[in-house]
Amino acid sequence: MRRRWTGVALVGAGALVFGYVVSREDWWSLVLRSLFPDLPVVVFPSATLGQLVVQHLGLVLVSSAVTIAIGIPVGVWVTRPSGRDFRELVSATVDLGQTFPPIAVLALMMPLFGIGTPLPAIVALALYGMFPVVSGTVAGLDSVPPAVLDAARGMGMGRWQVLFRVELPLAARVIMAGVRTSVIINIGTATVAAATGAGGLGSPIFSGINTQNGALVLEGAAAAAMLAVLADSMLARVEDLVTPAG
Amino acid sequence: MIRLEEVTKRYGETLAVDRLSLEVGEGEVCVLIGPSGCGKTTTLRMINRLIEPTSGRIMVGDRDITSVTPEELRRGLGYAIQSVGLFPHLTVAENIVTVPKLLGWEASRMQARVGELLSLVGLDATSYRGKYPRELSGGEAQRVGVARALAADPPVLLMDEPFGAVDPLNRERLQGEFARIQKELHKTVVFVTHDVDEAIRLADRIALMRDGRLQQYDTPENLLDHPASKFVHDFMGADRALKRLGRVRVDAVMRSEVPRISDGSDAVAAAQRAACTAERFSYLVDQDGRLEGWIDCRLLDRGGSAESAITHVDWRATTVRPDTSLKEALSHMLELGFRSIAVTDETGRLLGDVALAGIETTLTEGDAYSAGGPAEGGAQ
Repeated sequence: MRRRWTGVALVGAGALVFGYVVSREDWWSLVLRSLFPDLPVVVFPSATLGQLVVQHLGLVLVSSAVTIAIGIPVGVWVTRPSGRDFRELVSATVDLGQTFPPIAVLALMMPLFGIGTPLPAIVALALYGMFPVVSGTVAGLDSVPPAVLDAARGMGMGRWQVLFRVELPLAARVIMAGVRTSVIINIGTATVAAATGAGGLGSPIFSGINTQNGALVLEGAAAAAMLAVLADSMLARVEDLVTPAG
Repeated sequence: MIRLEEVTKRYGETLAVDRLSLEVGEGEVCVLIGPSGCGKTTTLRMINRLIEPTSGRIMVGDRDITSVTPEELRRGLGYAIQSVGLFPHLTVAENIVTVPKLLGWEASRMQARVGELLSLVGLDATSYRGKYPRELSGGEAQRVGVARALAADPPVLLMDEPFGAVDPLNRERLQGEFARIQKELHKTVVFVTHDVDEAIRLADRIALMRDGRLQQYDTPENLLDHPASKFVHDFMGADRALKRLGRVRVDAVMRSEVPRISDGSDAVAAAQRAACTAERFSYLVDQDGRLEGWIDCRLLDRGGSAESAITHVDWRATTVRPDTSLKEALSHMLELGFRSIAVTDETGRLLGDVALAGIETTLTEGDAYSAGGPAEGGAQ
């Protein structure tokens, strides 16, 4: 128990350090200038790195929330008697959602939602991250021993009681692992969203590509990578916390 | 207490259970037995509606089980299964109070109940309460499973091979404990097993099934002595005489007036001589009556020293308890090469002995000592 909270404290400290580092525009320009001495600009001029990180996080949080809000119930549903027949179909669909390049999904979404809003990006990201969440939920629920379920039902638990008191607690770790994977993928993929004007850490990357400015590409990419590492360790702690003792 | 009327379960073309009628009296242990696929587990699971019968009616107490919701029905029927199915994320105490919690008991009442049940199944309440299932041995987990089934004090217990997954030694111990608990609680029990010895040991009545049909429903004695068909005869096995011994407890044939000599003085030999007239062996006990060994009086008569005539033994290895089955006692005797074996209580105090001759009498007299009920058959 004590170790768990030490981990949480460490991650909290990491988050503070990250926040401070991205707020120090001067440090970034110093480092990038030394790497790219010949470029006219080395940091993204239209927005501060702090603003970009906030935008990026907004995209990730909203789309991941959508993914989780849809993915976990869908995963639960296909393991119920009523949804069992759809299990193959659903897993094929979410599988397809992930094989489809997100940039293509974005392009397809743009005519539907318009340019300049984050909506197409959120839909594309939510779909793209669906696979690990759904398959994690299904795998987690499948891993609950049949004897445990038999005992739970045989002792008079109702359907929802079995789900909330037995199945979900026992599946929590695997489900959370799926969520973690999904969010990490999402942080990287969300850079693509800038292509539709949704902002985020993709903005300096795209701008850098267009102007052949490696410093800007590196600025966005490095910040996104740091964010992903931070989020990963944060979610690992959450995974520990939701895993029941025993 | 439990009545099945023409119950049938059909899966497509196969009849898992075929027009089964069965009545289990209050406080009785009914063991369902038969080869795998005979429908015994299906029958059990129909009683708590984990499986719904295709046709027929099941009554528990005086109500049709379909008159309440499955959940309500199940909370009133204790349920224990082979793989135990303890909830791995909950402690022993939390596992045990599963049904009381569903029934909305108060926390203090549940706490007290956990203590009662753990000591009933022979586990130390303080040390086991907070353990998680993964910290338990197979036998301990089974005990907790039984405690959990008993938690809300249901009048009926449904047990599906509850001791099937433990090693033979532990199984025998658990069977003995189950018999003791049942004697205390008088539950109506439906018990599924594929182990004939277990059935004979625990059952008031055995329902022998095959291909979904009831072959014979009767006391273990009658199944052994008056099998209704060749199938029943063969299923009960060729060692029926030995199996019968499994039904009789040592105290039923124990001789309690045995020659005994209290150890404690230097002048043992003389005292021994005095008591050593009628029989060849005399038991040697300490001041508290605990068995220490025996004295061969013939050796003394022939002028042997007291020391050479005395055999010291560890009572734990060479005695049986009053509730041991004769079958087990016989097996001990054969193993040790004794013609009789001492009976002691749990602390080693000598209560009497059982001789090979006594067991032989039981074998030939048959029903004289058996604990079973009247010989009338059950349904079908």
